[in-house]
Amino acid sequence: MRIIEAQEIRDIVKRLCIEANRNLGEDVRSCIREFRGRETWPVAQDVLDKIITNFELAADNQVPICQDTGVACVFLEIGFDVHIEGDLPAAVDEGVRRAYHEGYLRKSLVKDPLNRVNTGDNTPAMLYLELVPGDDVTITVAPKGFGSENMSQIKMLKPSDGVEGVMDFVISVVEAAGPNPCPPIVVGVGIGGTFDKAALLAKKSLLRPLGTVNSDPYYAELEGKLLERINALGIGPQGFGGRTTALAVAIETMPTHIAGLPCAVNINCHVARHVREVL
Amino acid sequence: MEHRIELPLTREKAAPLAPGDTVYFSGALYTARDAAHKRLVDLLDQGKPLPFPMEDSVIYYVGPTPAAPGDVIGSAGPTTSYRMDAYAPRLLDLGLRGMIGKGKRSAEVVAAMEKAGAVYFGAIGGAGALLAQCIKAAEVIAFDDLGPEAIRRLRVKDFPVVVIIDSKGNNLYQLGREAYLKTLKVPDLV
Repeated sequence: MRIIEAQEIRDIVKRLCIEANRNLGEDVRSCIREFRGRETWPVAQDVLDKIITNFELAADNQVPICQDTGVACVFLEIGFDVHIEGDLPAAVDEGVRRAYHEGYLRKSLVKDPLNRVNTGDNTPAMLYLELVPGDDVTITVAPKGFGSENMSQIKMLKPSDGVEGVMDFVISVVEAAGPNPCPPIVVGVGIGGTFDKAALLAKKSLLRPLGTVNSDPYYAELEGKLLERINALGIGPQGFGGRTTALAVAIETMPTHIAGLPCAVNINCHVARHVREVL
Repeated sequence: MEHRIELPLTREKAAPLAPGDTVYFSGALYTARDAAHKRLVDLLDQGKPLPFPMEDSVIYYVGPTPAAPGDVIGSAGPTTSYRMDAYAPRLLDLGLRGMIGKGKRSAEVVAAMEKAGAVYFGAIGGAGALLAQCIKAAEVIAFDDLGPEAIRRLRVKDFPVVVIIDSKGNNLYQLGREAYLKTLKVPDLV
């Protein structure tokens, strides 16, 4: 049994929160550059150039890429053979608290959804725990902004709606979002499970490095088809028109009930932050 | 077309602006987002004075990150505007001449803009590090307790925005997309 102190996880969470908000991952950078190379609409080219300048500037000056430094979504995959000593959720929150304070990140959380008073330290983290084989702990931090989160939707489709129903729903969500979520966007799709599991799948699909596809060729092809249809809408970067509406579509699936076809669409902006570290 | 505009934004300066035009603002902008808008409207309901003059002002929908030591402000890109739609017509009726944000606006806001001769501008969403470079000074002038949502007076120099909806209701989101999609169509063979 491997023993890990909760405070070790606290320190990693802190570092990853700051890192994710300042340095856009190489997967996202190269994806944006690739789309810039293929963009033909001058206004869209100009916007993508400014987006590239922005993430380069943020990394050079070590400042946040975007002012919405998000809710801190923290995913922990904990090996069966690991014992964590200490209060894990408290340690994760402490990591977030320190990162958002010491890293000059924006505190965007309110204590109560209706009686809205800022918590002042960006806690609590949105914490997801999963047990996996082995004795590693994998920590993924994905700060999620709400310009894009607000444009996300879920729909309980019928089995008879099939793949066409899924495609139409995804397109309708992107169309309804239009310029609001800071396109070019990343579209996370969760299909199957229950109402809540589909939403989690959609969020987890956003953690996948851009440029990778679903391991099932059927869903990899569906991702490609959806991306093509989305980029034929003409919304373009910032909604000013153009080809580059989405950088990627990522689908994750799981088994579901004979009566249902849950489908969730979680939208991410072009500042698609996610960093991972294995402990 | 490009314009360089010294703030405040009078009706005369706003009138010639058209969708897709780039504008570089210099002068004082005021920040306000969700909670600040609610408080501004509450003040109006109570007949109390507002923390800054609305006539000819431009409001930037932004909640910046805290300034690191030695910096004027942190990252400061636009937030999504539709959340302010419930409050914007009240402010436009008082002479608010410009709003900077990103994303769609409601029909009610556009109608109030036409009446006020006001313009809706877009700054690049997500480009908060880049935009912060045009902000030369920042000062909280109201609602300090709201933290990132406090009202700030920003002194900007050549702050770049794009006209999204002009004072006649013409909309870049619609026009830009249509113009782009037209380029994809195969031209008719003569």
